[in-house]
Amino acid sequence: MAYIDVSSVSKAFAAGRAVRCVLEDVTLSVERGEFVSIVGFMGCGKSTLLSIIAGLMPPDAGEVRLGGELVRGVRPKTAIVFQNYSLLPWLTALENVHLAVAAALPMWPRERQATQARWYLEKVGLASAADRRPHQLSGGMRQRVAIARALATEPDVLFLDDPFGALDALTRANLQQELAQLCSAEARPVTTIMITNSVEEALLLSDRIVPMTHGPRATLGRPVAVAIPKPRTLAQLVHDEHARHSRARVVESLTASVRRPRRLQCTPQPVEDIGLTAVPNRSGA
Amino acid sequence: MVPSVRDIGRLCLPLSGVVLIGLIWFAASRSVPDLPSPARTWNESKSYVLQPFDKRGEMDQGIGRLAYYSLVRVSKGFLLGIALATPLGLLLGVSPTLHRMFDPVIQILRPISPLAWLPLGLVVFRKSEPAAMFAIAVCSMWPTVINSAAGVRAIPQDYWNVAKVLHLSRFMTFTKIVVPATLPYIFTGYRLSLGIAWLVIVASEMLTGTPGIGGFLWQEYNSLIYAHILLAIITIGLIGFALDRLMGLAESRLRAA
Repeated sequence: MAYIDVSSVSKAFAAGRAVRCVLEDVTLSVERGEFVSIVGFMGCGKSTLLSIIAGLMPPDAGEVRLGGELVRGVRPKTAIVFQNYSLLPWLTALENVHLAVAAALPMWPRERQATQARWYLEKVGLASAADRRPHQLSGGMRQRVAIARALATEPDVLFLDDPFGALDALTRANLQQELAQLCSAEARPVTTIMITNSVEEALLLSDRIVPMTHGPRATLGRPVAVAIPKPRTLAQLVHDEHARHSRARVVESLTASVRRPRRLQCTPQPVEDIGLTAVPNRSGA
Repeated sequence: MVPSVRDIGRLCLPLSGVVLIGLIWFAASRSVPDLPSPARTWNESKSYVLQPFDKRGEMDQGIGRLAYYSLVRVSKGFLLGIALATPLGLLLGVSPTLHRMFDPVIQILRPISPLAWLPLGLVVFRKSEPAAMFAIAVCSMWPTVINSAAGVRAIPQDYWNVAKVLHLSRFMTFTKIVVPATLPYIFTGYRLSLGIAWLVIVASEMLTGTPGIGGFLWQEYNSLIYAHILLAIITIGLIGFALDRLMGLAESRLRAA
């Protein structure tokens, strides 16, 4: 049995009088220490799936098991990085990290907690901004604080909910690279599930990429393995033969899900956004 | 530095508003024989304003001293009120069950006039001071209750998620998330509550005849010194304005932090 086991998870939300199926029969397994990315269009239900796996939200049907145990609520030793940072605005960068460390590792002496918080803030390059509050930081810096907050709690499971989605392209590329280094630098294996709409981001960081079909009634496509040694760089991915092959397979399964929409039994929702970031090669090819 | 047209406007427009009201007052005093004119009001009130802390008798005191008594009474009632209202509001914000249970009661209690609460206070406490405090507390607490509850309900899901992910204890969630996130709302509540507390003071002093700005107003009416009624009214207005500004200042500091 895999470390994280998602079996036949479904979820629907009430949308006015109608019921909108967001996820249908989603199954996924992730091995210990593996980095898996779920790639899909904006609004396809990726975040909902992650919230369910993380225990923030219960599924309507199906179940999630983590280390053999049924997930009910957020389990300890789990860290989540949210797309909108979710830093507490009344605390400084350091205090935000420190609060997480103090809560996650309460048996540590105070000094060790403080050192840990500082150390991780330094790791993400924010030692000099430790005493600033989130609103005095740029988006990229805020997300760095959020990443430091997540890693400083020494989690064995890490959930990244489109962590760079709110950032501009350049900052995004920088932070992706840094996250790749941070993840491979961690001493313990951290099992990670990342949500993203960027295939490049997924290629850079993951061992396996799982495409998600377009919602409503989203489900997962066939996983694509990325067998390139880590840490990788974005530049390396451009020319790598294997990366090119994986990219093509992911893009193919994503676009196929759009071309052949299944008959909808739920109330159809307007497709607001065909996030083209997921198919970078389509216009160029 | 030469003042710009905007600066002049900023000072002159409010001033001309005051002058206009003064003119209306003056005109009214011409047609109503018992209403003192602005000049007469000033003449008869001079000694109260210029020696604000004189004490000549129980009710015959400088305006500063009378205002001080009233302010002390208001602060006691206001502090009692918010001491009850803040935890109650936070509780109602956290628990939808409690909110559904008590919201109708609050909506019914809220519009009751201080004049209605005061006799009840006198019946229960048998003394005018605690009765006044009771009336002020009970009238002024509702904006704080309602605002603190609204503040808790307005906490974004993100922060609750942070509490869940970090496995914060109830106590930590309260001190690290609920209170700081709600503080601006609570202070808006305090500001409104203080305004009401100041409104109630006059009514309660008039009814109980205790020394203070409202008691003074009522006594001078009974002694037919109408100029002092106007003096008391203006003083009440100015102090209320100052209190509101002070609370507003505290509130905006909080929002900036």
